[in-house]
Amino acid sequence: MIEIISESKCVSCNQCVHVCPTNVFDRVENGIPVIARQSDCQTCFMCELYCPVDALYVSPDAEAAIQISEKEVEQQGLLGGYREKVGWGPGRKPVSSHEYMYQLAVKTRF
Amino acid sequence: MSVASVKAADLQLVADVLVIGGGPAGTWAAITAASKGAKVVLVDKGYCGSSGATAPSGTGVWYVKPDAELREEAKQSRFGLGGHLAENSWMDRVLDRTYENMNKIAEWGYPFPNDENGTQYRRGLQGPEYMKLMRKKAQKSGVKILDHSPALELLADEHGVGGATGVRTQAGGTWTVHAGAVVIASGGCAFLSKALGCNVLTGDGYLLAAEAGAELSGMEFSNAYAISPTFSSVTKTAYYKYASFYYEDGSVVEGAGSQKGRSIIARNLQQGRQVYARLDQAPEDIQPLLRVGQTNFFLPFDRLGIDPFKDKFPVTLRLEGTVRGTGGIHIAGEHCATKVPGLYAAGDAATRELICGGFTGGGSHNAAWAMSSGSFAGEGAAVYALNLGLKKEFRRLKGLSSSPLSAKAADQSASRKTEEYVRSVQEEVMPYDRNLFRTEKGLDGSIERLDGIWNELRSKAVTLDSDGVKTREAAAMTATARWMYHSARVRTETRGMHKREDFPQLDNEQHHRLVSGGLDQVWVKPQEVQKEAVIH
Repeated sequence: MIEIISESKCVSCNQCVHVCPTNVFDRVENGIPVIARQSDCQTCFMCELYCPVDALYVSPDAEAAIQISEKEVEQQGLLGGYREKVGWGPGRKPVSSHEYMYQLAVKTRF
Repeated sequence: MSVASVKAADLQLVADVLVIGGGPAGTWAAITAASKGAKVVLVDKGYCGSSGATAPSGTGVWYVKPDAELREEAKQSRFGLGGHLAENSWMDRVLDRTYENMNKIAEWGYPFPNDENGTQYRRGLQGPEYMKLMRKKAQKSGVKILDHSPALELLADEHGVGGATGVRTQAGGTWTVHAGAVVIASGGCAFLSKALGCNVLTGDGYLLAAEAGAELSGMEFSNAYAISPTFSSVTKTAYYKYASFYYEDGSVVEGAGSQKGRSIIARNLQQGRQVYARLDQAPEDIQPLLRVGQTNFFLPFDRLGIDPFKDKFPVTLRLEGTVRGTGGIHIAGEHCATKVPGLYAAGDAATRELICGGFTGGGSHNAAWAMSSGSFAGEGAAVYALNLGLKKEFRRLKGLSSSPLSAKAADQSASRKTEEYVRSVQEEVMPYDRNLFRTEKGLDGSIERLDGIWNELRSKAVTLDSDGVKTREAAAMTATARWMYHSARVRTETRGMHKREDFPQLDNEQHHRLVSGGLDQVWVKPQEVQKEAVIH
């Protein structure tokens, strides 16, 4: 479930509010968005992917909220990892064009 | 007649084609309708680009070069698994259209990987990239997209369907779109199981269609379960072909596997024995490729410090319902028309039996069906709507919701009650001994309880806000479960994914489709499979 919107990183672009398929966030006038309906989160990671400044952290646990602080998330280097792997963001190459995609298909018939 | 259709909506639009749902099928329908000159509005319950089962995942695509031998092999590959219910002409049409559409996606700039000769390899799609591109293409084509705008009911008159109305969960207020034709592309139903991306897929389109008088087909093929870690939403069963399965004490679960051995996992879980998996069958040279192929498969493991190739982790089976089942709205014509004039269905909202019978072994058929049926429906809807001409101007449309829409505000007890209904429906469809392994006795019990839930929900007011949306979702899931189980009860055999414990064999006398429908009274009737199927 979505756990963290980093106060120090968030630029209030509200992309997460827009892209969340289950409408978990609320926009805040003159502030950063809030996680308003955490239990509606389906743990699809799309908000993390669309966040342009890697300010969000979605915990893999789809069933229950966990206790984790912004500081812990940052120390463990958990912010922005998914976006990097998908290859979104300036100077990155989309993973969809990765040569391994083809090699995997040839070797496994996926 | 419901209140919303009497009171003017806050946002009123007129279009030729209204598309409900903004996943692959919906965006293909919208783009294709627009290319035929239709004015198109697309509404999505969430956000077109991130909503649905495709957006967060990678998927293979049933993309086969137009070579007679390759095509024949492709058609044969799952024909038997599907219980011989696919139709040759539909498989041909979908293979043709998928080939054409994948090549269009390449033209539109999708970054496909290259093979060793530098030629693009076009047999797979990464959801985030694909759906971002489809949204952009829809906007470029002039499609008006309303995000966070779930439909609550269809509008119709004696000539057929003519639009829909709903609410705007972020912008606030209500919307109404009057349109010459409506395409339902709102996905299947996974009963809020948190299978990856599936919580927006609550069978809404089935209910909308049935309220308009459309039929469903193959609803017995609705018991797909995916393997996932117990702690995660990520359902990528294909990767478990490299898994060994273990009990807590480290001994091997004999016969367990990602394909046929899924039942063995289910029976263990049902008896309270936790099953663990480890991807220890993956050769070392494949491991880095797997990491790239499905980036999000590894995300939960990485974040928890688990190496799935070396460490055992507990698994469960998450219900994917009709999302990876094959049942859905019955298709009555080549352009994915339903039997109701002006109403079309595409993607997982429609039956996929036409190309894969009662079983889909993976995402590639569903992905092919979504882009093909979406574009068939978009063409059909555009031509139908444009031919209506002036007739569409003076229609007296009324709302079709089976529960009354109400402009009053929701109260808290109503939303708690909705949650209870949802849990009650989940208790009927999630347990393996009710849905995966079916018996007459079990189905009868579930049907009786589901009928009770339906009767209560039927009279519950649907408020014009997010709570009302949830009430309608609960009704849609209840209705879906009833069509599923009534159909499953009638099919007294085991075919495709439908398993009857009391009828474990395939019965040649039941080589037909089961068409179903009805709201207060659910009915099921057999229908012949098109005879020209040349493959055996």
